Amino acid sequence: MVELTLPKNSRITTGKTWPKPAGAGNVRKFQIYRWNPDDDGNPRLDTYFVDMDDCGPMILDALIKIKNEIDPTLTFRRSCREGICGSCAMNIDGVNTLACIYGMDEIKGDVKIYPLPHMPVVKDLIPDLTHFYAQHASIMPWLETKTNRPAKEWKQSIEDRKKLDGLYECVMCASCSTACPSYWWNSDRYLGPAALLHAYRWIIDSRDEATGERLDDLEDPFKLYRCHTIMNCTKTCPKGLNPARSIAMIKKMLVDRRL
Amino acid sequence: MRFLTDRKRAEGRGASHTGTQHHWYMQVSAFGLALIVPTFLVIFGRALGSGYENAFATMGHPVPAIVTGLVLLVGMQHFRRGAQILIEDYTRKSTRKVLIMSVIVLSYGLTATGLFALAKIAL
Repeated sequence: MVELTLPKNSRITTGKTWPKPAGAGNVRKFQIYRWNPDDDGNPRLDTYFVDMDDCGPMILDALIKIKNEIDPTLTFRRSCREGICGSCAMNIDGVNTLACIYGMDEIKGDVKIYPLPHMPVVKDLIPDLTHFYAQHASIMPWLETKTNRPAKEWKQSIEDRKKLDGLYECVMCASCSTACPSYWWNSDRYLGPAALLHAYRWIIDSRDEATGERLDDLEDPFKLYRCHTIMNCTKTCPKGLNPARSIAMIKKMLVDRRL
Repeated sequence: MRFLTDRKRAEGRGASHTGTQHHWYMQVSAFGLALIVPTFLVIFGRALGSGYENAFATMGHPVPAIVTGLVLLVGMQHFRRGAQILIEDYTRKSTRKVLIMSVIVLSYGLTATGLFALAKIAL
């Protein structure tokens, strides 16, 4: 449902300003969204100052430094620190991206960090992705076959394998889906760009034998056709993928099988 | 509060197996409108400043009358379907149904009114 203003209990207040590091010359200001479900209060924006001469180049480096040296209660997900796991997706400087591969030199002025937009927040920078993962599971992200399993392997030509490039790299960080206004308003029924990109990845897999069923399951005014080609998904994808194209290709396949 | 599993919540009521026809119609009608709307604007624009008698005579000719009729028919059907998408995006439940019905009535009403006026001029 469309919500043009934040609910009262989600409005962000001014939070604590932590002291500047003593003796540091090259200091950068970070404003970070904080919310703890154990407190009764509204979310707040805490201000931290990081010594850039003693910090790595990525946003995640600064967050880890803040957690280790300034405020151990700051909560965020991270794992691989090289853009493979998708854990550290957050809204940095107004852009949904991965903190581990977003350089601090890409931001002018203060660094503002929020959790992924329009998702329930578990704590601080951690969004609840339960529904997002359930939607991904609903598109059957696995190989479906009807032919008896071959003795050795399902063969695929080099050309057919190439069709999966630009699709298999998706790390399910949810940056695209949470950048999509259609997903903000109708995420209960619209699958969102990430799930649809994965759906397309299996639809065009030459080894998969459930193409018809997969297309049947997607043919719905809300599941698929809530995409209005806004392209925020493609613009924000930290892996440089193109979910909007995948959705367009699914729509094309659905039209082609009718005409 | 309903105790549903995450998967059941994501699956909802499944796919309605519709939408492709709507999508295809919007593409075709958009292409058609891209051709006939500029033509209509040229015809209408020329007639607009030429006085009542001339404007009446222009709309009485077959080509301007047919183009205007097509703009009305195709344009209003395109509007009806587009507005329905907009309403589905931003509203829910009874509001959604009432607004969709209103748009259908409005689009057919405008089409009928326009065609009646056109027929009166052209025939």
